[in-house]
Order: sequence, then C-alpha cells, then structure tokens
Amino acid sequence: MKSGFRLSFWLFLAPVLLWLFLLIVLPHIDLLLLSFRGENDMGDLVWTIDNYKNFFIEPIYWYTFVRTALYAIVTTLCTFVLALPVSFYIVKLARPRTRGFLTVLLLLPFWVSELVRVYGWMILLRESGVLNYFLLKTGLVQQPVEMLYNDVTMIMGLVYTSMLFMVVPLISAMESLDDSLIEAASDLEASRFTILRTIIIPHCKPGITSGAIVVFMLALGNYLTPNLMGGKNSLWFTEQIYNQFIASFNWNQGAAFGFLLLVLSSCIIWVGLKLSRHRLGEVAA
Amino acid sequence: MANDLSVGNLIRSFGDFTAVDNVSFDVPQGSFFSILGPSGCGKTTLLRMIAGFDEPSSGTITIRDQDMRGVPPNKRPVNLVFQHLALFPMMNVADNIAFGLKRRGMKSTEIVRRIEAILERVDLPGYGKKQIRQLSGGQKQRVAIARCLVMEPSVLLLDEPLGALDLKLREQMKVELKKLQAKVGTTFIYITHDQSEALVMSDHIAVMNEGRFEQVGSPRELYSEPQTPFVARFVGDNNVWSGEVVESGERLTVRTGEELLFTTRSHKSYAKGSRVDLFLRPEALRIEPTDTNDLNTFEVDVKTILFDGANSRLLTVMPGGHELLVSLPQNRQFDHIRPGDRILLGWHPDAGLCFKV
Amino acid sequence: MIRSLPNSRAYSWSFNLFIICYFIFLFAPLLVTCVLAFNDSNFPSLPWNGFSLDWFISPGPERLGIFHDDQNLRSIWTSFQTAFWVAIMSTVVGTCSDFLFEQEAFPFKNWLYFLMLAPLVIPGVILGISLLLAANSAGTYFEANFGIDVGLFRPSFWLVVLGQFSFITTFVTLVVSARLKKFDTSLEEAAMILGATRIEAVWHITLRYLRPAVIGAAAVAFLMSFENFNTTLFLVGSEPTLPINLYLQVRDGSTPVINSISLLLIAGTSCLALVNLYFSKKEED
Repeated sequence: MKSGFRLSFWLFLAPVLLWLFLLIVLPHIDLLLLSFRGENDMGDLVWTIDNYKNFFIEPIYWYTFVRTALYAIVTTLCTFVLALPVSFYIVKLARPRTRGFLTVLLLLPFWVSELVRVYGWMILLRESGVLNYFLLKTGLVQQPVEMLYNDVTMIMGLVYTSMLFMVVPLISAMESLDDSLIEAASDLEASRFTILRTIIIPHCKPGITSGAIVVFMLALGNYLTPNLMGGKNSLWFTEQIYNQFIASFNWNQGAAFGFLLLVLSSCIIWVGLKLSRHRLGEVAA
Repeated sequence: MANDLSVGNLIRSFGDFTAVDNVSFDVPQGSFFSILGPSGCGKTTLLRMIAGFDEPSSGTITIRDQDMRGVPPNKRPVNLVFQHLALFPMMNVADNIAFGLKRRGMKSTEIVRRIEAILERVDLPGYGKKQIRQLSGGQKQRVAIARCLVMEPSVLLLDEPLGALDLKLREQMKVELKKLQAKVGTTFIYITHDQSEALVMSDHIAVMNEGRFEQVGSPRELYSEPQTPFVARFVGDNNVWSGEVVESGERLTVRTGEELLFTTRSHKSYAKGSRVDLFLRPEALRIEPTDTNDLNTFEVDVKTILFDGANSRLLTVMPGGHELLVSLPQNRQFDHIRPGDRILLGWHPDAGLCFKV
Repeated sequence: MIRSLPNSRAYSWSFNLFIICYFIFLFAPLLVTCVLAFNDSNFPSLPWNGFSLDWFISPGPERLGIFHDDQNLRSIWTSFQTAFWVAIMSTVVGTCSDFLFEQEAFPFKNWLYFLMLAPLVIPGVILGISLLLAANSAGTYFEANFGIDVGLFRPSFWLVVLGQFSFITTFVTLVVSARLKKFDTSLEEAAMILGATRIEAVWHITLRYLRPAVIGAAAVAFLMSFENFNTTLFLVGSEPTLPINLYLQVRDGSTPVINSISLLLIAGTSCLALVNLYFSKKEED
C-alpha cells in the first residue's frame, strides 16, 4: 500500500518539477546571468554591469520604463472604474434571466485574439477609418482626424484588452455579496455612495486585488496594443526589449531590460498584495 | 393605547399569483406581534412591504399615523433584523452598530456613548472591538438587534432570525428575546414558521396561510379557540377524526369512521348529517380515567411510547387503524404501560372542536 | 440600488444607458471588422461599395481571398498544430500538478506552489526572451561539448509549443483545481478499500469526476495558445503562427483579407467558447 502511494506521488511530481525547473526557473536564471555579460573592447565576453549602467545613463530608457509603469497603473485604474459598474449591473441589477446572457456577451469578445480586437480599433479610428467616414458625412469635422497613435487611444486600447480580467473577478466577488447586506445598510439610512464605499468595495477587495494584479501585469507586458495603437511614439518598454533582441541583436542588453521589467512587475505586485493584505495563492484562487 | 403599525386591505400580487391577499391588522404600541405561517404563505412578502423593500399592489401601511406610501426603506421609522442577520463582516461590532448613527451625522462622542449603552442593554458590554466572526450565534443575534435598536425605530421587524441557530440556543434565545423586548419596550414584529417561537414570545399572533390571515389573537386564544381548521392543525398538535353529525344542538353528537359516538361542543351549529372534522389535543385525552361520567370513552392499543421528558406521548391505535397521540404525564402514574397494552381513554366534550369539511 | 430596493427612474435609466454604451464599446471593433470583410473594396474601410465574397474566395492575383491565400492558410494550420500540442501537454501536466498540490503532502510544497503560480505574474514577453536565451545557451553548450546541433534549441515550432506550455499549464492547473477542491476524497478511499490501487482509483474515480473540468481546461488552453502573441513573438522560427503572421501584415499595411480571417476567427472562437461554456454549465449541474 505504502509503495503504491509513493509511486503515484513521483508520477505526479516528476512532470511538474520538469516543467517548473526547465521552463521557468532555469530560463530566468539564465536571463539574470546573461544580463551581466557583455563584450569588452577586445570583443570578448566578460562579466559586466554595463547593461544596467546603460539603462541609467540613457534617459530614453528609464523614461520609457517609468512611463510604461505609470501608464500601466493608469490603465489598471481606468479598468477598475469601468468594470465596477458593469459587474455591479450584471450581478445586482440585471434581471436574472438576462443576466446569464449578458455575462456570455461580456466574455465573448475576449475569446477572440487580441490582434483581431486591436485591428478592429485600427480600422475604426484611423484617418481613413470608419469613424472618420461618419464624422465627415455628418459634417461634424471638415478634415479627417487621426485618432490613432496617441496616448489616450493607446490607454483605451489597453483598457479594452484587459477589461475581462477585471470584470470576471469582480463579478464573482459581487455574487458572493449577500443582497441583505445592502438592504441592511439601506435600512440603516445609508446613501448609495456610502453603501458603495463601506459595503461593496470592502467586500470585493479580494476580487479587486486579483483583477488589478492581472490587468497591471498584462498592460505592463503588452506589446501588440502599444505597438499598433500607440504607433512610433508609444515608447512602451516591451518595445525596447524587442528592439534590443530583434533589431540590434544585443541580447545581453535585452536580457538586462527584461530582468528590470520582471523586477518592476514583481515589486508592484508585491506592494499591491501587501497593501491589500492578501497572498498570491488567495488571489489566484 | 395607540397603534404603532396599521395595515389596511393590503394586497400584493405577482402576475396571477397573490402573495398577500387583503390583509388588515393593527399592532399596539410596545407589543410583541408575531406573524406565523408555513413557508410560502406570504409572510416574508408582507414584512418586506412594511420595511419598504417591496411596494404593495394596493392597500395602506401606516406607521405612527404616517402613511408610508412612496417612503423608501431608509426613510421609514422601522428597522429590519434579517434572516441571516446581514451583519457587515468587514466591520467590527462597534462599527456595525455605529453604521446607521453615522449616516445620521451624529457626533462621534455621542455615537460611542450610545454604542456602549446599547451593548450594555443586550448584555454584551465591552464587545465593541470584536470582529463579527469571533461571535457565537447568539451573540451575533444580539448585535444584529442592537444595530437596529440603536436607531430607535418605532417598529422593529424580525425575519426568522432564530432559524439559523441550533435547537438548544434557539430555546434560550426565545426567552432572551422576550425579555429584551419587555426591557426596551419597542414594538417587535416577528416573522416565523415555528409555532413554538411564536407562542412563547408573542403578545399577539397572526396565523397566515396562502396570503390571508386565518386568525389574530393571543397565544392562548389560538391554542384553545382556533377559529379555522388550518389554525387547529398548524398551532400545536391535534388528533383528527372525520365524521358525521348525528345530533345537533348545544352539543353535537358526531359519529366517527369507527362507528364511535362522541359528544362535543361546537362554536357553530351544524345541520344533522353534515360532514365534520373533529379536533382533539393530545393532552385532552385522559388515560384510564377513574370517573368516566360525562366523558367520551373508548379503548385503544398502545403502539409505542414516544418518550420526550415532560412532553412524552403514547402513540396509540384504534381498532379501525386510526392513530392517536396521547399525552403521557411523567408523574410515574403510567409507568406500567407497555407497547401492546389495551387501555381506556376518555375526554371531556368541552375539549373537542368541530369544523365543517 | 439593487433589484429589491426601490430605484428612481433616473438612476435605472442612466445605468441602462451606461451598459448599452459599454456593450457598444465592446462590440464595435469586432462588428466593424466583420462587416468590412464583405465590402467590395481593396481597403478595409468605408464607403460601402456593395456586398462581395472576394476576400474569401477570389483566387487572385488582384484580390487574394483567404481560401486561396497559402501563406495565411499555412499559418492557420501551424497555429492549429501548436494549439493542439499545447492543449494536450498542458492538460496532462496541469492535471498532474493538481493532484500533487491538492492531495499530496511533501516538504517545500508551499514553495513549489508559489513557483507554479509564478507564470501568472511573469509578463509573456519576459517568458519568451528568457526561454529564447536559455534555449540558445543550451544549444551552444550541446554543440560545444557533444558536437550535436539540437533543432529544438533554435526558434522553431517546438520551442513555441514549449514557451506557450510553460505558462498555459498554470491556467489549466487553476481551472481544474477549482473542481478537484470539491471532490470528496472518501470516494477514492472507498475505491481503495474495494481493492483498487491508488493509481486505479485516480483513473476510474477521480479523473472521471474531473472530466468536464479537464475538457474545459483543454479548450481554454487551446484558445490561449491559438491566440498567444507575446511569448510566441520571440520563439517563432520559419513557421509563423497566425497571430504573428497577422501582426506582420497589419503592421505593414493591410488588405481586407485580414477582415475575412478575423471573421473566421471570431466565428471559430465563439463556437469553441460556447462549447466550453456548455461544458462548464454541465459541470455545475
């Protein structure tokens, strides 16, 4: 009996260990090591911190870095502000029959490739796009307006792309909120805003935390949306990494950037978890 | 005495279904009023209309002489203790109680004073800093009530708040709730499907069935003078015979299915030959009566003894197979009775009740 | 505020209006993309020149419909193969990891669990570059020490599969564990009392119970793989997957053939999503 238990244990453990160590741990150690390698004046590979020095010396690098972090936070806030009323409506206001239908409708666009969604926004918003066509037709504008390739559009695109990951945890958090708590608060003479502030948001905090972490992480690591909707001025840090790898073929520099991005995202997520007093395991569940 | 709550001709229908059907009643100030009925009888709908969470289709609700039509729940002088209490888990006891007072913009020193006073009243002094999950079931109960009482409502509504407690605690809370109501003097309106809760605590009880009030009265009236067969069956236990009236008059003579003739009182007169149901409480049946004058007597076989302390009964069966419950007083007088014994039962005509089928 | 509380008309209506606007925001880009796939025009824009199926069936050379577009068809096929292998591998390993974390006790379990969750918070781009670096390092090492050139270590089909597998497995683990948590382990014990070995018990009892969740997780894995962009971007070799191929086309100027591909993608993923939804509904029953 005992040996049977052990056999099954190793059977479960082995693939998981292989997966985590070969595909997660080793590559990231390699990333860290390679970020400290570089060519010296002779063209030999040596240990160096030049890659990190470059980052701090070259203003465009850390400017992009800070900008990316701030915009990812702005995206997370916008997503939350938009997702809160939507999920509230679906859980607490929509009629039970339309509720399932609305939920499916809400999720459907996110099953479609991000590229398709971004492409849709491009043909809607660009200078020769659908929106401009209607604006010109109705005479609201005389000249077509370029609505793509600016920061606002880029953030809207990021919000659109990561919406789902805020709405879903918020919906499940609100489903566990007993209606009678809201009724009790109302019975005790609370206004709508007070109920939102003192009952709904505190109750949904775990959902908000997990949603915010995922949205932040996705926005920070996004490449498609800033690249296609923000255009040349998007200055997103993933693009710097891409350029180092694919355009300049300077893998060591790219590794350093990658590691910095990883540290940034881990730090902000850690702070987020500390502030909301949650653990990663709880958030994932 | 003035009425705290008056309800007049209240109707609430959902499509074809009428949940509350033309209900009228008054609740005098300071009384403990229960609405008792099986689940689905419309009592929760009625309560939610009084609280303002639901609008009546027609009829009036008046609280302290003020018409409540169109008044939202947060503006009504009533507070509701929810079925599952709805204590805010994200706040501690003091914050829960302070919640409503803060909404009124009361000064924080005054709020602290009132919280202490009300916690004292519900026998939980010093519990303000506790988290809700640290409380026992009975303590949660009292916090939920304190949270409402601190608002000084004209009427406190309670929606089966004891339902979630275990039996022992429920028995204890019944007494406590009754004492608390007597102490604070606020009008309580209590919804329940548990007749013992209603009987123990209430000054007045309304028995509700299928959206209507069957009878309103004191616990004793409901128990000893039920006005409808539903009340007779629902409040307390009853043995039932169906039979036919063979002699009408001040007292009826009824022939049961087993061809037994019983004399019984009746609060209505029934024509000879009409079919009736005869109700009789288990405690009205006397075992082996010494003086059988004026009594209806008959013999039964003891099937089993349902021992339950002071509430023990005999399950007996009549020759025709009809089962009867008989109270078994625990004064050692009947310790000799064993299953299978044949015993004589007798009951006084004043104890029976007849209703037309 | 909520259904059971009386709401003012203004409140209800403004909320309804907000939700309608939100759903327009959600579906506008997809709708525009689909409609323009049928426009008889050489550009994915208005004006509407009439209905045409050219971008689906025209054999070229002026207009090349998707059903004759070998390059795009090839990338779709590549994506299918990738998604197929990723779904299989991640479902198997993800289920193993569920059994490991839910039913076994071993030292460093929390530590390993944390590691298992890590791919959730590692940006996809970083996962991509670190795998690229590690594969490259391994390739160099093998070539230098054993003189063999292992194809797997260069950007290629299988490297893409591994890259996607490395983070999709975490999602599979989370989806399946939700159901495994509800499993009554006494059923497994009952099977073992009746003479089954642990592995037989898992096979006949637990896995059967988990089946709907496993199928659902496989569908999620398939979709995630099919539309993955960030990780794939760095690992892709001579066979681009569909999102990569589409990205290159969108970046360098687009023709409505992208609309027709998008339409097919939207239709396909919606079907798969609905099937998945159906299974998860069944799971609840």
